[in-house]
Amino acid sequence: MSAVSTQQVNRLSGGLVDRGQPLSFRFDGQSYQGCSGDTLASALMANGVRLMGRSFKYHRPRGLLSAGSEEPNALVELRTGGRQEPNTRATVAELYDGLDARSQNRWPSLERDMMAINDRFANFLTAGFYYKTFMWPKAFWEKLYEPIIRKAAGLGRLTGDADPDAYDKGFLHCDLLVVGAGPAGLAAALTAGRAGARVILADEDFLLGGRLLSEAQPLADIAGADWAGQVQAELAVMGNVRILPRTTVFGAYDHGIYGAVERNADHVAAPDAGKPRQTLWRIYSKRAIIATGAIERPIAFENNDRPGIMLAGAVRSFANRWAATPASSVVIFANNDDAHQTARDLQAKGVDVPAVVDVRPDAPEIPGIELLAGAQIVETAGRLGLRSVTVRMANGKTRIIPCGALAMSGGWNPNLGLTCHQRGRPVWDGDLHAFVPGQDLPVGQHVAGAAMGAMSTDAALRSGAEQAGEALADLGFTVPAPELPKAEDAPVSLTPFWHVQGAKRAWLDFQNDVTVKDVKLAHQENFTAVEHLKRYTTLGMATDQGKTSNVGALAVMAELTGKSIPQTGTTIFRPPYTPVAMGALAGRAVGKDFHPTRLTPSHAWAEEQGAVFVEVGNWLRAQWFPKPGETHWRQSVDREVQQTRRSVGICDVTTLGKIDVQGADAAAFLNMMYANGFAKLPVGKVRYGLMLREDGVAYDDGTAARLAEDHFVVTTTTANAVLVYRNMEFVRQCLCPDMDVQLISTTEAWAQYAVAGPNARKLLQKIVDPEFDISNDAFPFMACGEITVCGGCRARLFRISFSGELAYEIAVPTRYGDALMREMMAAGEAFDVTPYGTEALGVMRIEKGHAAGNELNGTTTALNLGLGRMVSGKKDCIGNVLSRREGMNTDDALRLVGLKPVTPAQSLPAGGHLMAASGPVDAAHDQGYVTSAAYSPTLGTAIGLGFVKGGAERLGEQLRLVNPLEKQEMLVEIVSAHFVDPEGEKLRA
Amino acid sequence: MHKLKPLTPLGSHTPRVDRIGPFEIAETVETAFASVAARNGQEAAVISAMAQNHGLDLPVAGKAAQAGKLAAFWISPSQWMCAAPHETHELLAQQLKATLGDRASVVEQTDAWCRFDVTGKKLCDLFERLTKADVRAMPPGSACRSTVEHLGVFLWRTAEDQMVVLGPRSSAASLHHALVTAARSIA
Repeated sequence: MSAVSTQQVNRLSGGLVDRGQPLSFRFDGQSYQGCSGDTLASALMANGVRLMGRSFKYHRPRGLLSAGSEEPNALVELRTGGRQEPNTRATVAELYDGLDARSQNRWPSLERDMMAINDRFANFLTAGFYYKTFMWPKAFWEKLYEPIIRKAAGLGRLTGDADPDAYDKGFLHCDLLVVGAGPAGLAAALTAGRAGARVILADEDFLLGGRLLSEAQPLADIAGADWAGQVQAELAVMGNVRILPRTTVFGAYDHGIYGAVERNADHVAAPDAGKPRQTLWRIYSKRAIIATGAIERPIAFENNDRPGIMLAGAVRSFANRWAATPASSVVIFANNDDAHQTARDLQAKGVDVPAVVDVRPDAPEIPGIELLAGAQIVETAGRLGLRSVTVRMANGKTRIIPCGALAMSGGWNPNLGLTCHQRGRPVWDGDLHAFVPGQDLPVGQHVAGAAMGAMSTDAALRSGAEQAGEALADLGFTVPAPELPKAEDAPVSLTPFWHVQGAKRAWLDFQNDVTVKDVKLAHQENFTAVEHLKRYTTLGMATDQGKTSNVGALAVMAELTGKSIPQTGTTIFRPPYTPVAMGALAGRAVGKDFHPTRLTPSHAWAEEQGAVFVEVGNWLRAQWFPKPGETHWRQSVDREVQQTRRSVGICDVTTLGKIDVQGADAAAFLNMMYANGFAKLPVGKVRYGLMLREDGVAYDDGTAARLAEDHFVVTTTTANAVLVYRNMEFVRQCLCPDMDVQLISTTEAWAQYAVAGPNARKLLQKIVDPEFDISNDAFPFMACGEITVCGGCRARLFRISFSGELAYEIAVPTRYGDALMREMMAAGEAFDVTPYGTEALGVMRIEKGHAAGNELNGTTTALNLGLGRMVSGKKDCIGNVLSRREGMNTDDALRLVGLKPVTPAQSLPAGGHLMAASGPVDAAHDQGYVTSAAYSPTLGTAIGLGFVKGGAERLGEQLRLVNPLEKQEMLVEIVSAHFVDPEGEKLRA
Repeated sequence: MHKLKPLTPLGSHTPRVDRIGPFEIAETVETAFASVAARNGQEAAVISAMAQNHGLDLPVAGKAAQAGKLAAFWISPSQWMCAAPHETHELLAQQLKATLGDRASVVEQTDAWCRFDVTGKKLCDLFERLTKADVRAMPPGSACRSTVEHLGVFLWRTAEDQMVVLGPRSSAASLHHALVTAARSIA
């Protein structure tokens, strides 16, 4: 055994680490040195560190179990500050210079963890203990027990700091996705690459080769790692092949879509500026080959979780690939031939192997190593690290063997995660004694290599090439079979053995602390179905999804129930295969970029005016425009309302949806969309329209302007712009495909402003080119037309009013919107023009009694809104029939009314319910509710809109407005909803 | 000439150009757009009228076509987006309507969109971070509808090293941010 440095006491010779590139790192504050090519796990192992973590429940000292992503024990926190990341498996953390790692789930230190007291009370903390022990008193659960349990539970800590790094996201397409770059995956990628298919080869490791990197046996006459290197070199120059190392394919989704995370910068201290730490890829594959290999399973025996007790294949990986051994003397415990290879490899590397303990009485001899055939390990010793194992020999005698590590193997399970993500059910293979993929794989998915049960290197290579050939032949490729080297082809030789009888504390699930005893308890309490077993014991629920534990626990349950393992069943896996960082899922969509923002054409101008903006969907709209000296929003809003009603105001209404409707049947189409009729609307006129859902409930209102016999422009509310367009497309394409009608959205194409107030016309006359007469006679209420403004700019003018004032909406191509706003404001100076925001807009429409989103709330009908007569009986329309349902047309149906506080100084709470002036306050006596409320500067009092049973017939009646949540009660009077200009004289002026 | 001074989608008087590594991301305002939708049963007539009057063969799904100053790409069944220089064709919709008459519904779309011309050798590396469209399978002359960062867009591959992106004009800043951020992450 040759040590690289005095510290790396467990470093062996050879391996795929670069001793010329030493790397410094820290673990729990202690400095160590490793090599380039190390993982945190291999570097710690080389430095003689066995204790790396504490278990979830009992806080048992734990070390490495595995060498890969299935690791349940060695979970650590990496990095510090905002980059701190909990629950990282040390086995997949690539070492870099300056890496700072810490153990977790312990206090005050890993060696002395106070919570290890739990282990003493193991008898009270068995499976399901909290279902039984915290039952009384009932009220204590939520306030006391659960918070305490939650505090004690959990593993690593989240940092409170924001993640400073960027994450990226993207989409890839391929003919063939190959998941896993072991012998099967490499053979598949090579076959497909040479056939000219678009191939993506992804592997979670930073080196390609998979198990080839861990095995000492050559492929023909070349080392496995070298062959992998050759294949990689050939693939790398193929333009049709994309290699993604450090990329975990974590989920198989519908239609051949796979999710993958590429770790771009987890192996360096910090990503370069602007570069992502990780990239989330959505991979669209026509076919996929799952070549994810196999995961070794442990054997359950007394105290089988001590640091130093590892899987035999993992010990071999550390020795061969990383040139590290967990101890200078390693005992083997197995039920199969494969683990014997670990003994041979360790021996070849100069590690002492005192004995191979094999449960099989007929286990084959290993030259130079003592074989204890038919023996079992019944106990281990060493609190913070293994010191010795106790073997019960075939003859019944026990023998204690001192050792620093134990390499165990209960056989191998095909790694099935991705084959189950579409609810594929694995099937039991009686020869392999393991579950293999069933026939119900996700569409387009093939499985190759050990993942499908082809356990030898040779079989893996060949199955990879075969599956690639099959998958691509399906796609029409001609696929010549590649020449593959002859490799190790030993048959699987294994006698099923799951746990040592009589063991009291024998771990099945290391991460979630589930023992054989817990499974027995579940059985005793009749939780025998696999899904019950899982939930009762928490088996397989941890971040490792029970990769090393599920089959063992099933075997124990099968034994207890007297059934076979396939009869007992298996749990299946869900995505993600390994944990995925939230940052990767979010990608670039963080902070204010969480969703796109929409800016109105006058946004820049409004910003210059100091406007306060409000989010309306993705839009940012000016809410009000504060003037110097205004300290409260109400001052600004009241002024905007008053100035508009007195003279003129301008509001950006571009956000309203605009849909261009053309075609010979455009009018008939709108007749179908709107409750009211549009067929007879003359060219050059606008009409208010109400749209119903198919169930007869009103959902949107707006206007349609007829620009030509076969041409309308429809406006919708801001919120429903997309919904109305979608519904129109549905009607056009599906309900009325014979109608000649064409649609396209023009919401963004036109900047549109409302110009409202008694001086609106005077202002516009300074803007509209003189050849267009917009006098009341030439351009009356509800007129519309195409005009030009400001010396020839094409524009559209609509004489419509939401405020109740003489008002217009004027539209120009969006690029001129900013300039038009500035021109209008300049032209309006003489009239003391004001811009107004959404608040003033809202106040004015309440004053006028116009319904908006608060009233079109998804429960109200045209009748409720006082628009019952708009639902034409003369024609059909969407929602017409169902709007006539009896229950929606009762005499005491809710009707829209206006409301005023009886005491004028009081303000009205929107959302409050209306009750009789005296009597009970409960749902049975509900008279209606308040939908909108505002202070009306025009009336000098609070006003509101609401729905009241019987509605307008009750004008003058007093009701109690109640808000039990806030303990509010006040008297209100039912009034007309039209507080301002009920006769509509202003808007026709 | 009227006195209204145009603003670019990004809110400036001059179009913005970003150069990030091998990429150039250029806000482009010099294109007029108009949608042309064939009326029921008039698709063949529209195609032939466009060929006769404008020399342009309206393309099939997924494709774009160009004839002189006029270009078009397919946007939905019997519907195309036509494009021409704004300077000479600001009234493109009217011009097309004049030749197509009742055979088609034509709608001005110029300012419905912001346009970014993205140029660079590693174009596909950039766009695979932005859109689920299979950009590597889009040779020059292709166009499709897709999404970028939740925004509906048109992608129009005008050259091996150039992709034209049309996005909703009101979200120009968000689209620009997405383009620039993705470019930085690989530049």
